[in-house]
Amino acid sequence: MEIGLAHYLFVAAALFTIGVFGIFVNRKNVIVILMSIELVLLAVNINLVAFSAFLHDISGQIFALMVLTVAAAEAAVGLAILVTYFRNRGSIAVEDINLMKG
Amino acid sequence: MLAAIAFYAMAATAIVSAFAVISARNPVHSVLFLILTFFSAAGLFVLMGAEFLAMLLVVVYVGAVAVLFLFVVMMLDVDFVELRQGFLNYLPVGALVALALFAELGLVASAAGQAGAGRAALSLGGPGEVTNAEAIGRVLYTDYLLVFQLAGLILFVAMLGAIVLTLRHRPGVKRQDIAKQVGRRRSEGVELKDVRPGQGIV
Repeated sequence: MEIGLAHYLFVAAALFTIGVFGIFVNRKNVIVILMSIELVLLAVNINLVAFSAFLHDISGQIFALMVLTVAAAEAAVGLAILVTYFRNRGSIAVEDINLMKG
Repeated sequence: MLAAIAFYAMAATAIVSAFAVISARNPVHSVLFLILTFFSAAGLFVLMGAEFLAMLLVVVYVGAVAVLFLFVVMMLDVDFVELRQGFLNYLPVGALVALALFAELGLVASAAGQAGAGRAALSLGGPGEVTNAEAIGRVLYTDYLLVFQLAGLILFVAMLGAIVLTLRHRPGVKRQDIAKQVGRRRSEGVELKDVRPGQGIV
């Protein structure tokens, strides 16, 4: 059986869904939420590369490169915020973060 | 045939380890499973013919992002058992949303697969054409130059942001102030005393 576009799209869909599911069930643990976001971005990347290969157009891979950059930057800033938050409060429970408003 | 076996192996590994990321009890295990997921995804990229992005994924994610996560997980002294409470509370609604999402995405994926059934097989470049890295380089530095610069800007701002956020000045710590050292004048550093014979400096 030939491996086509739909196969890759299904894998990406599964990864995306698992990422969203992870955000839902790990409501208290910011680190796992950040990892779930990375999973979602990885699913997007798989979609972009699959369509790039499918349409024989290299542009999709440039966009995947961009998504990769944004994901790396987001992880760096997110973890920096997490370290600062942990330093100030001594815990990383997400539910207390709304204390920061005003 | 071998490509199909490789695809199913990579895809199964990616999905199973992605599920392990969100369900592992120990966050260190989560990070390790995340690395496995990215590795399998890199394998999928190679199967699709995007070797450059596959290597980039290994270098950037496994080499940088995952190690960053590992550092933070090990550096923070957090009671992770307490953080797992509420896992079952959010499970039903999370599963509901996930199922709906997967159904929709699956529908779109099958529709897209059907629409492109007549097209050529999934591959980038054949023998005799330019390599994947060369093809990316040809458009990245010409048509997508601004995107490339923007990526650099994003990384720069993220780097500055991470440094500014985590830098802290503790009071009471002696530091070298080079400007102060260089800016010293003779009048501040040297004092002339008129010493009388036999008395010394009082």
